[in-house]
Amino acid sequence: MDFLVKMREYFNQTGSIARFAGNFFTVGMKPRYEIKELLAQCYFIGYNSLPLVGLTGFIMGLVLTMQLRPSMVVYGVASQLPIMVGVAIIREIGPVITGLIFAGKIGSSIGAELGSMKVTEQIDAMEVAGTNPFKYLVATRVVATTLMLPILTILGDAIALFGAYVGVNIRSVTSLHLFFSEIFNSLVYGDIAPAVIKTFFFGFAVGIVGCYKGYFSSKGTRGVGSSANSAVVLASVLIFIIDLLAVQITDVLGLN
Amino acid sequence: MDMKTVVNTSTTSGKKEPVIVIENLCKAFGDNVVLDDFNLTVHKDENVVVLGKSGAGKSVLIKCIIGLMKPDSGRILVFGDNVAELNHDELDRIRTKVGFLFQSNALYDSMTVRENLEFSLRRHWIEVTQHDIDNLVKEALENVGLPHTVDMMPAELSGGMAKRIALARTMILKPEIILYDEPTTGLDPVTAREIDKLIVKLQKKYKASSIVISHDMNCVKNTADRVVLLLDGKCYTDGTYEELLVSADKNVKQFFE
Repeated sequence: MDFLVKMREYFNQTGSIARFAGNFFTVGMKPRYEIKELLAQCYFIGYNSLPLVGLTGFIMGLVLTMQLRPSMVVYGVASQLPIMVGVAIIREIGPVITGLIFAGKIGSSIGAELGSMKVTEQIDAMEVAGTNPFKYLVATRVVATTLMLPILTILGDAIALFGAYVGVNIRSVTSLHLFFSEIFNSLVYGDIAPAVIKTFFFGFAVGIVGCYKGYFSSKGTRGVGSSANSAVVLASVLIFIIDLLAVQITDVLGLN
Repeated sequence: MDMKTVVNTSTTSGKKEPVIVIENLCKAFGDNVVLDDFNLTVHKDENVVVLGKSGAGKSVLIKCIIGLMKPDSGRILVFGDNVAELNHDELDRIRTKVGFLFQSNALYDSMTVRENLEFSLRRHWIEVTQHDIDNLVKEALENVGLPHTVDMMPAELSGGMAKRIALARTMILKPEIILYDEPTTGLDPVTAREIDKLIVKLQKKYKASSIVISHDMNCVKNTADRVVLLLDGKCYTDGTYEELLVSADKNVKQFFE
């Protein structure tokens, strides 16, 4: 019985999130557009996430290279290390790791912020002040996450590749030009485009889930904490599900 | 003559035109019926205090009036318009004339005091210049005695200051009706009395009608022209503070003891 109740709750919540996402297109995309708030959110969500994404990207590239190198030396393909690392970072590791970092930082932040606004009646106050809170709070944040994550991913990938370059140069000497030439000569359109496109969906998922959890936060500090926490968990799971779907689609389209 | 008869005679004579008329209002959350056939009329310049126990549906009542909640049935006429039937733009137009002071103040955490006060002015499609906005913000803050807080963040304000700023924000559009949701809850007695005085002062200055939700009897005494007792979802009785004070009804007496 307990299992059935949990399943019902799960499907109810899935339906609610789908309806919430639908409202984003039907209500959130209609004029009047909150351009000033959108730009502010792009700054907070995008620019403020850059140091974290950059740091994790650099470490990710460095560590990946150092761990791959011994195995590649054994098989005598150490010269292929830049290509191997480059393709791995650009196709999969960069978008997914950046997406997860983004979900942790931004998903929780949006969930906690809107949850706190909900329990302190700030969302109601906004409505009384002649503002549609869905447009002002939700639509702006979802558009900002959808636009900012691809940009952060591209920047994160570039920094990760630089980390990989540093990793290669710990044991050998390679010029920056040669390292990046090898990577870009081996990359094709099918490596880059699907990886970037899927990050728009990652960003949308992080924004919608964060806003949904905050917007429907239950009363009290525990409710706010729970909103922030469940926003991160659900957004992270959705990132993996979208990634799984993306790889299937690119496979069907012959882009793998 | 019972209390109801006394009250009805005293409250229907010599009144100005009604600004809020609530007829047969019902609102339930699942099986929990909070408003059950509730009726109330508020006249121009009148200050009505709705008294009731916690969870009696007082806050739900004023949230229905401002359109934050939809009633299950019944009508709420504000300036003659049925709130439940208004579209978003019409509701916004009504909201420029109705101020709402939230129990938790609901100041926007991420904005300064100035931005909090400017928010309504900028959002309601009211044609005002930056010069007008600056003057209105200055006037609103002087009304509550806190002009020096203009660039402070809500987190830097004390409870009493936050309540005054929330009151200034409510009054900045010079509303014709003000809804107060427990304005003195959580404040020390001295600050609470200051807020009471401020409510009366601003109501007189702007000639506003108001509904005050409260169970703080000092606030009721200081601010009410008429007191309405909300009990079991209905308007149990109403009258002036002095009339209810001498009531023999045990349901009324429990609030005044």
